[in-house]
Amino acid sequence: MDNNTHTADVARPAVTRRSVLLDFLGSMNLAITILVIIAIASVIGTVLKQNQPYTDYIIKFGPFWHEFFLSLNLYDIYSSIWFLALLVSLVMSLSACIFRNTPTMLQEMRNFRLNSKIKSLGTIEGAKSWVIDDVETTEKNVARFFEVNGYKVRRKQHDDRIIVAGMRGRWNRLGYVFAHLGIIVLLVGGVMDSTIDISLRESLGLSQIDNESVFVKDMPKISQLQPGDLLSFRGNVSIAEGQTANFTLLRIREGSLVQYLPFAIKLKDFRVEHYSSGQPKSFESDLVIIDKDRDVTFEQTIAVNHPLQYRGYTIYQASFGDGGSELKFKVWPFYDAKLRTLDVEGVVHGERVLETLSGPLTIEVIDFKKYNVRPAMQGDPKGKKFVNDGSSVVFKVRNSSGIAKEYINYMSPLKQNGGYVFVSGLRNSPSEAYRYLHIPADDKFTVERFMKFHALMNNTERAQQIATKTVSQVLKNAPDGDKYKQNIVTTMMELLDRFNYGGYAAIENHVRKAAIPEDQKSKMREAYRKVLNTILQALYMDVLQAEGVDIHKPISEQQQGFYLAALDALRQIPLYGTPFYAQLTDFTHVESSGLSIAKLPGKNVFYLGCIMSIIGIFLLLYLSHQRLWAVFYKNESGQDTLLVAGSGNRNVADFRQHFQLLMEKLSRVVGEPKNI
Amino acid sequence: MSVTEDAIHDELKRDSFVKKLSLFDWFFAVSLIVAAGYAYQLYSYLMDGYEVAILFGTAASLVALGWWWKATRLFMVAVAAVSLLSVILYAPAIQTLVERGMDSRDAIATLANLDDKVNSKFLFKYFLSSTSAIMWMSALFIMATLIYFFHLATRSEYAGKVATAMTWTATVMGFVGLMVRWRESYLISSEVGHIPVSNLYEVFILFSVITALIYLYYEGRYKTKAMGGFVLMVISAAIGFLLWYHFNKGAHEIAPLVPALKSYWMKIHVPANFIGYGAFALAAMLGMFFLFIEHAKSPKLSNQIVAQILIFVITLLSFLASVGADSFAVVAKNLGLTILIGGGFWVLGFGIVRGMRAIGSDNLPKLEMLDDVMHKSIALGFGFFTIATVLGAAWAAEAWGGYWSWDPKETWALIVWLNYAAWLHMRLMKGLRGTPLAWWSVVGLLITTFAFVGVNIFLSGLHAYGEL
Repeated sequence: MDNNTHTADVARPAVTRRSVLLDFLGSMNLAITILVIIAIASVIGTVLKQNQPYTDYIIKFGPFWHEFFLSLNLYDIYSSIWFLALLVSLVMSLSACIFRNTPTMLQEMRNFRLNSKIKSLGTIEGAKSWVIDDVETTEKNVARFFEVNGYKVRRKQHDDRIIVAGMRGRWNRLGYVFAHLGIIVLLVGGVMDSTIDISLRESLGLSQIDNESVFVKDMPKISQLQPGDLLSFRGNVSIAEGQTANFTLLRIREGSLVQYLPFAIKLKDFRVEHYSSGQPKSFESDLVIIDKDRDVTFEQTIAVNHPLQYRGYTIYQASFGDGGSELKFKVWPFYDAKLRTLDVEGVVHGERVLETLSGPLTIEVIDFKKYNVRPAMQGDPKGKKFVNDGSSVVFKVRNSSGIAKEYINYMSPLKQNGGYVFVSGLRNSPSEAYRYLHIPADDKFTVERFMKFHALMNNTERAQQIATKTVSQVLKNAPDGDKYKQNIVTTMMELLDRFNYGGYAAIENHVRKAAIPEDQKSKMREAYRKVLNTILQALYMDVLQAEGVDIHKPISEQQQGFYLAALDALRQIPLYGTPFYAQLTDFTHVESSGLSIAKLPGKNVFYLGCIMSIIGIFLLLYLSHQRLWAVFYKNESGQDTLLVAGSGNRNVADFRQHFQLLMEKLSRVVGEPKNI
Repeated sequence: MSVTEDAIHDELKRDSFVKKLSLFDWFFAVSLIVAAGYAYQLYSYLMDGYEVAILFGTAASLVALGWWWKATRLFMVAVAAVSLLSVILYAPAIQTLVERGMDSRDAIATLANLDDKVNSKFLFKYFLSSTSAIMWMSALFIMATLIYFFHLATRSEYAGKVATAMTWTATVMGFVGLMVRWRESYLISSEVGHIPVSNLYEVFILFSVITALIYLYYEGRYKTKAMGGFVLMVISAAIGFLLWYHFNKGAHEIAPLVPALKSYWMKIHVPANFIGYGAFALAAMLGMFFLFIEHAKSPKLSNQIVAQILIFVITLLSFLASVGADSFAVVAKNLGLTILIGGGFWVLGFGIVRGMRAIGSDNLPKLEMLDDVMHKSIALGFGFFTIATVLGAAWAAEAWGGYWSWDPKETWALIVWLNYAAWLHMRLMKGLRGTPLAWWSVVGLLITTFAFVGVNIFLSGLHAYGEL
């Protein structure tokens, strides 16, 4: 700080309670303590994931710690009362410091200290003294010298001395004020834009969050907000292509409030653009703003990083999803010998009920994605980084007891192990991973052959025919063939039945339960395997023949591959959980754009505060408030003497160097200094 | 000194800064403006209003930088010359390969491929591709670190000059690497092209060159090379990570930007942040230097205890960062490795103290000087870090709908800011000096590093652009 001890001839102010409080609030120790506590409190919010559903916390921490954290409001820590209190104390500390110091700062900026005493200036480190001849010329030269070196100069004549005082870098003082005032301003802006008004409305009973309604139109009046009810908010809304919305949803803890807007937003079109690698490149929405109050309608396209601003509201492109795509399914029954398929239409977010032998099943269509881009596996032959698995639909199948299974079906066959398969994933709950059924595609890239194959397995009559024919052929040349023929056919049909309804596991179970010695069991397994394989192959041949394939010639490698893949799929069908495969055959894609809408009137206040702080910080750190004094007086011996001293309020070491340099240069003008 | 008419006249005439500028100063300024104008002509179709403002604003700032810190003029000319050489030679070379049926990304990789004897080109393999420039930068920084230490130990002026020259060259090559990488990204396709400050790999290069530049400024200003070894240690650590990231994770591949990063804000928010990080890292290393010198002169138990605690904390954190494997064997291996590294720090520290005692405190820099540079560096870092945080808030407002979301990265930026605000208050207002501030400066680096990479590794949020 300044070496201003020579001006300390000020009467000490009375020590009042008010001044003690002010001293405490404006004290450096308090300020630094508050800064550190805010830092530590902020850390907690980064380590503990904020605003998660309470169930997550209960699972993670157990009920005791959950209650404890909840009581401290650690889940929404930055909006908690005590964090707010910390910020308020920061504001108070800053205000106290500004209140106490601004008058002094401004005073310092104006005061050239023209009343300094010779003695006190003489004690300043580095001060130099000269004996001079011509006071008038030297005074002019010294003043000019100060100016040339960037100092503003003032002069004052006293009875016993003339003082020429220089000053530069006074804006450092303003930097001090700006830096601290700026923080207060930005905090005010931040509070204006915080959720404090929502909390206020809630505690006054004016608003209540809704966590029950499914549709916005069902939300009660107390969960609705009209334009102007809140000073600021940030909400989200999803609009499907062609639809209009005049509200946004504010997610608060486990529920929501609906905030109505003074205008309507219509989504004309939504686009996702992709890089050639398949990664998303940009999301864009063509919006129409319809403002009935002001009779204004206009169109604008928004994209990520390019929001729309209107009447103080800002509309951002945040996300996207399905807006109710219209889908066509072909439902293939399992366990129906006649393979009676059904063409069903569905819409995303809608549901259809299908009557089945096991009772009514509801298909709830959850989501549709036109593209599924994922990172390519290592060694992708095309060297691509990403592959597109095509379109997919996610739906739930719910039985009359209310239990649902979730499926994800891909529309196009995907390449796997040299062949193409239709992928259908199943999971019983969202926390599980999908388990997949891979239905091999036939030569025409459809599921038909597989479905026919499986249907044939269920066609007892025909299967029996084929079994009998096959066994006859095999046993043609065997002695006693006829005796065993019936047995084998019966066994074959049994195995087929078990395999159909339980896969290999059912057969294995049967073997385990069989009342024969252990060592015989492996033989039994082996025999069963052969028999099952025989009938399955025979059935397969029948299917191929129906397609028009000449089964007397060896079948192609593809057709062999199909058989092996089909076996794998067949054994999984019992685990599929639903007696049909819903194949996605067509879609009309309706996209929805996820918009984020914000009204943040405090934004400009916040930015003003930021700019003030930045200017203040740079002024404070890079300008040093420096003073020079040149005193002309007559010393004890009556000689005309010049005394020059200087001080700077920052970087004392640097100033010392700078002052020394100045003195060397000054010596070229007024001569060699004498020792004081 | 005798007083002469001439002398008086000299001292009393108003010096104009402009008059003091040399011919080179003007040549430099004009070249920069012309270059900016040319760039504008070529690429204005790709730039919006803000980016044009950034282009010319950068040109003006670089002119100011060159006029104020004269050494950077030649530096910038060197970077421009080498980068341009590479850029000019790249296009026809790639064209040749593309005509032969390669796609542009493969062409770039081929030209620089050390194993491909047919299609690769010597100049690209060894100098001009961005990867080779970065390898040069890496090697030179590491060598410079060692030679700076040698200079500190032996006070060999020649060694000092070599180290400084290496550091300048490394910085040139680093910037060349970034410039050429910028160009390469556009050569792959204009969709992919972007300024190379978008992921962890690119910003580690930026960090290294910015820290080096800040160091070189103070080296020139204080006319001493004694600080080089310590400061370059943190740069070498960054280089170590960079090389691991390059060779083990293939992170040097140029990838297109995710939609959220496609903004002019990236051009100003990220570099400003790294001036902050670089300055803080430099201050931390000087703090470390300070403490070692002090400890070598007069060991204090309190210092030793704090040092042990710090080494333990760093070791623990690096262990936690590397854990994530399921098998016990891998965890045990990680534990062993981190204990080894922690032990290595301990041994290194021991060696440094011994070395300093051998050098003798008369030949080591004065503690007041280190304290002074540390303070100036933190002031610089704080100023730019504040700007960077505000720019980040403005960008968030444009992209995500709110200038402050208490996102972990944002919050940790605030924590870093609060930390250094407290540091500066302690120094400027409470007059604190020396040992406690040096420790604080070192701890500050831990906080800064956590905000820089720790958040990406341990925490999640909107900011996950630099994941390992």
